[in-house]
Amino acid sequence: MELNKFQQELFEKQRPVIEKFGKKTWGWTIFFLLWILVGWYALYLQIAKGHSVTGMRDNVVWGLYIANFIFFIGISYAGAVISGILHILKVEWRKPIIRIAEIITVISTIIGPIYILLCVGRLDRLHHLFLYPRLQSPITWDVFAIATYFTGSVIFLYLALIKDFAIYRDAKLNIPKWKQKAYKILALGYRGTHGQKRHIKISTNLMAIVIVPLAIIVHSVLSWIFGMTLRPGWHSTIFGPYFVLAAIYSGTGVLIIAMWVYRKMYKLDSLLTDKHFIYLGYIMMALGAGYGYFTFSEYLTDWFSSEKWNSEVIEKLFNPAKYGWWFLFANVAGITLPIFIVAFPKTRKPNWIALASFFMVIALWVKRYLIIVPTLESPLLPMQDTRIEYVKYSATWVEWALTFAGIATFFLFFTLLSKFITIIPISEFGETEKAKIPAVEMDHKNEIVPA
Amino acid sequence: MKEQEEINDNGRRGFIKNVAIATVATAACGSLSCSCSSKKEVVVSGSKIKLLSPDGEIVEIDSVYLNHHENMAVLSQHEQRVGMAGKKFVMVVDLSRCKNARKCVTACQKHHYRPEETEWLTVKLMKDSDKAAPYWFPKQCFHCDNPPCVKVCPVDATFKRDDGLVLIDNDRCIGCKFCMAACPYSTRVFNWDEPDMPFDIRDLKYNAETGVPAKVGTVEKCDFCPDRSREGLLPPCVEACPNGVFYFGDENEDTVSNGDETLSFSQLIKDRAAYRYQEDLGTKPRVYYLPPKDRQFPVERGYENLPDKLKERFKDIMEPKS
Repeated sequence: MELNKFQQELFEKQRPVIEKFGKKTWGWTIFFLLWILVGWYALYLQIAKGHSVTGMRDNVVWGLYIANFIFFIGISYAGAVISGILHILKVEWRKPIIRIAEIITVISTIIGPIYILLCVGRLDRLHHLFLYPRLQSPITWDVFAIATYFTGSVIFLYLALIKDFAIYRDAKLNIPKWKQKAYKILALGYRGTHGQKRHIKISTNLMAIVIVPLAIIVHSVLSWIFGMTLRPGWHSTIFGPYFVLAAIYSGTGVLIIAMWVYRKMYKLDSLLTDKHFIYLGYIMMALGAGYGYFTFSEYLTDWFSSEKWNSEVIEKLFNPAKYGWWFLFANVAGITLPIFIVAFPKTRKPNWIALASFFMVIALWVKRYLIIVPTLESPLLPMQDTRIEYVKYSATWVEWALTFAGIATFFLFFTLLSKFITIIPISEFGETEKAKIPAVEMDHKNEIVPA
Repeated sequence: MKEQEEINDNGRRGFIKNVAIATVATAACGSLSCSCSSKKEVVVSGSKIKLLSPDGEIVEIDSVYLNHHENMAVLSQHEQRVGMAGKKFVMVVDLSRCKNARKCVTACQKHHYRPEETEWLTVKLMKDSDKAAPYWFPKQCFHCDNPPCVKVCPVDATFKRDDGLVLIDNDRCIGCKFCMAACPYSTRVFNWDEPDMPFDIRDLKYNAETGVPAKVGTVEKCDFCPDRSREGLLPPCVEACPNGVFYFGDENEDTVSNGDETLSFSQLIKDRAAYRYQEDLGTKPRVYYLPPKDRQFPVERGYENLPDKLKERFKDIMEPKS
């Protein structure tokens, strides 16, 4: 594969990352594996002793696991929407970040559904979902939706990777034989011919167009698992759009955090520039405003009306003795903070924006928890139960261990994947022949000049 | 080249023809075998049984004509899902008679081999508004005609039968608990741990009509005891109640009975102004409540002699901190 000057420099810079598996990487890998090991022990306890080792009981039947499920599928929207929409709009500056975004999508879509498996009572009967599916059930819709979405995301990621695999294959890297063979197979014999380029271009465009409505459908279906029930706080018509918007919003946040981490780790300041953070910050601000509007509309409407239907849940969310502080945190850190940080020029800098994203992502996790648990703690019939664990949900160490194990798995997959493919895509930057997209220029500050 | 294509065409056509013939043949064989294994001929056994007819006469009939009640465990999965022909079970709960004796609760637990903590049937103390009087509210499963739980089960483990019952097949249930989240009446309970069954029950084949044995990681609830109905008996909760609070019966026959009285269902709910709990949720429950008017007992009667653990449940209402 022929590379232009810029691509050469880009490749040389990232080459050591995929060639070496150094001490630092080992350190991180072992650190994540330890967390995962604790998670495996927690899972063993759950299977051996039964689900009573978790905090879930007959009233709050869904807890941390489902919150994590919604959270991970939510952050998977980084790739689907950011990559997808930016691709459709042919935005130049998307090029360095699309791979990070797509990797986030694929990994989260693997980890998210695992949390459902953790919540299900009979893992030995999962095949029933495929043998006896009931089409009226939102969970069946969910199974199909997420399976389709995962397939689509993997295809989207892979299509963008084919050219890069060809580059790695031809670059005579100092890597073990199996890796060289893997690159060769995965490159699918790409030689840069005109026909091949056309195929990839058309396929990528098609996938980008398909993945946007698919993403909207997936998270809407997920929201309808709650929205279609007769429960206060869940049975709201806004749930479909609300969840989709929250997903894109949290996806953007995780993308910013990932960008910031890679920028620091591999000194990629010239590629993941300040401008990237600012543009993504603007997107985050816009999405935050939308998400804030939906949140405000939802809770103002619930709070203002007199119906008893909602009053118990609303009271729990606004009462400082119950969930009031968490609700405040979720809304301040989740909505106002990111908007203000991006709005003011003084704080519109990568470090600040990354910090805002970090708190925003945590706030959105808390929000998912606040959607699930307070509603389940407020059934229509009075509980009149003296067992405290049936009245109030409190997650046990088993659930927390598995939560952190999932996060560690996320980081571990990222680490391992970044040893296999370069984080900044190389093939994206300019073609060597008559290009509609000109080769990218660098200005005196060593930043990419947007075309 | 053309000959080759011709051969290929014939090959394709021939293949499709063969597949079609095979499919039709299989279907024909299948339907034949189905019709073959249908109703059995009744063969007179020769042994006679003496019975008393409703007119007071003694009659003798062959024992083969008596209703032989199948061993419950022998009911096939299909039979469990179809239900009893011609019946439409319904229940009426008389709130003016309930004094929280909780005999119904213990009878239900005993019949289904469930422990004290598992309440398929609970008795709540309801207080509809600040100034309203509290009343005891026994609640089983409502076996709704528009059940939100059935709608959401992804594997069709919980199902609505033609005889009105909503049952759970705990050999099918995957334990996702969506039905528990969807039921607005908090009727369902979950086996979070390996349930404690007596050893002779534990190995029985599961039957959706008895709910026995319990299975870990699955959902369960009141089933209106169809096993009792098949034997012509009333559910244990109905029989155990000392005040005749529960009337259970058949809407098609228009009769409900509490063991002592047998009344016309439509007349009863008309005369006593029966209502259904949370009617506006549109789930169409099959349990009707008779309002707590002209009570037989003051509400305190159901609270005073309770063990402390149970008293705790209702302390907020019965002894409000003013």
